[in-house]
Amino acid sequence: MSARITFATAARVLRQLRHDRRTVALLIVVPALLLALLYFMYDGAGGTFDRIALIMLGVFPFVIMFLVTSIAMLRERTTGTLERLLTTPLGKIDLLFGYGLAFGLAAAVQGAVATGAAYWLLGLETRGSAGLVVLIAVVNAVLGVALGLFCSAFARTEFQAVQFLPVVVVPQLLLCGLFVARGQMAGWLEGISDALPLTYAVDALAQVGVSADPTTTMWRDLVIVAGATVVALVLAAATLRRRTP
Amino acid sequence: MDNAIEVRDLVVERGRRRVLHGITCTIPRGSVTGLLGPSGSGKTTLIRAIVGVQFVRSGAVTVLGRPAGSAPLRRELGYVTQAPSVYADLSVRENARYFATLLGLHAAEADRAIADVGLSGARHQLVGNLSGGQRSRASLACAMIGEPKLLVLDEPTVGQDPVLRADLWGRFHELADAGTTLLVSSHVMDEAGRCDRLLLIREGRLIGDDTPAAIRASAGTDDLEEAFLRLIREQEKVAA
Ligand SMILES: Nc1ncnc2c1ncn2[C@@H]1O[C@H](COP(=O)(O)OP(=O)(O)OP(=O)(O)O)[C@@H](O)[C@H]1O
Ligand SMILES: [Mg+2]
Repeated sequence: MSARITFATAARVLRQLRHDRRTVALLIVVPALLLALLYFMYDGAGGTFDRIALIMLGVFPFVIMFLVTSIAMLRERTTGTLERLLTTPLGKIDLLFGYGLAFGLAAAVQGAVATGAAYWLLGLETRGSAGLVVLIAVVNAVLGVALGLFCSAFARTEFQAVQFLPVVVVPQLLLCGLFVARGQMAGWLEGISDALPLTYAVDALAQVGVSADPTTTMWRDLVIVAGATVVALVLAAATLRRRTP
Repeated sequence: MDNAIEVRDLVVERGRRRVLHGITCTIPRGSVTGLLGPSGSGKTTLIRAIVGVQFVRSGAVTVLGRPAGSAPLRRELGYVTQAPSVYADLSVRENARYFATLLGLHAAEADRAIADVGLSGARHQLVGNLSGGQRSRASLACAMIGEPKLLVLDEPTVGQDPVLRADLWGRFHELADAGTTLLVSSHVMDEAGRCDRLLLIREGRLIGDDTPAAIRASAGTDDLEEAFLRLIREQEKVAA
């Protein structure tokens, strides 16, 4: 592992992003627009809007970064750049951390814009601070990046890569407690929900909603999400083979 | 050690089919070796085994005195894949500078490599907007950065005009004179004459391994293309 190579790789990924203006615009504007849509759906700010918008601030970066990363990594595999990179001094960890860093940074900008719009333009109110919301959003985004890096190994084409969204992301979304409170689910569903990282991210955000100071539960949740990210990165490293058939 | 590459009894299977049937050859340091053979004969597979990205069934590949693919070799080796493997959404220069950084080299070395392949005028262009030939030169530039000890090039001159091709081969020989070992695969027989040595491969078997002059002499013709055809026919007679 080399810091120079990791940073160079992150810079390279960000440069690729910069040349793709439309993607940058979509990354930054779409979450804020979707929140505005929620605002009008619930007829202005208030209890339900606050609860759902807060959770969405954590869900959007997760979903978007998962998608962007799995396509980016798939391209590395199909265009031969990955094969070439693995014949250079670049280590697998350098590549994975480089991606995590680059898209984590992009997620920070995206999270700041979306959170800013939610609080100042759409009147979102939470007991806890907006800074914590951005922090959780960024950790969530990096979880999305890690899962995207891992899942891209199982896709041969971009069509397949996109199909991992319903497989990996939607069940987590359905079971995270947004639609049905986790306590009201059948026991086995709650068990599955306990095993899914997004559950903890959503719980952490809910904590920010109800308490002025960061709670221990919130920190515990964040540590669990970060732990799941590390596990996904290790699994992703295992899918990066220098030798292929 | 005057051999840069030693391949012994190399057997490779791809998709349950045997693609290389026990290849043995050596490639001397500081030379330009051509790897020639029909489409599907196993050139890319042999090259992948040498750069250490190919699963091999059996046999040994030693590169610069170490097993192929071992970590220290990754700083000594430049590899150009058959399809240009550069980032289409970066400029030529951003690509070259990224690959330079991976080797711990400066931007100036990246710019030098871009000039060597004649792309200085297009260095700010996105690779995705280049012509096919320019794109493969961009890929070549990224491998030539910092004059690696071993350059393995899979059909680097495809789609280049005769003038550019002559320039590139001139540069290959300059590098070889400075001590770099080059292994260059090609379809084009007129390029074979520019090599110090030739490896002729057919259906995963080596059917010739010598200097162009020796191959011409043993086949009894001055035309390398004809020599290659005669070698194939001889091989078929032996097999029959
Ligand atoms: N990924 C793969 N899986 C299975 N078989 C493969 C794969 N890649 C190549 N092959 C087979 O291996 C054999 C040798 O292929 P290789 O790419 O080494 O040929 P080549 O000499 O480089 O051909 P060309 O001049 O067309 O590039 C071919 O029969 C090909 O069909
Ligand atoms: Mg080939």
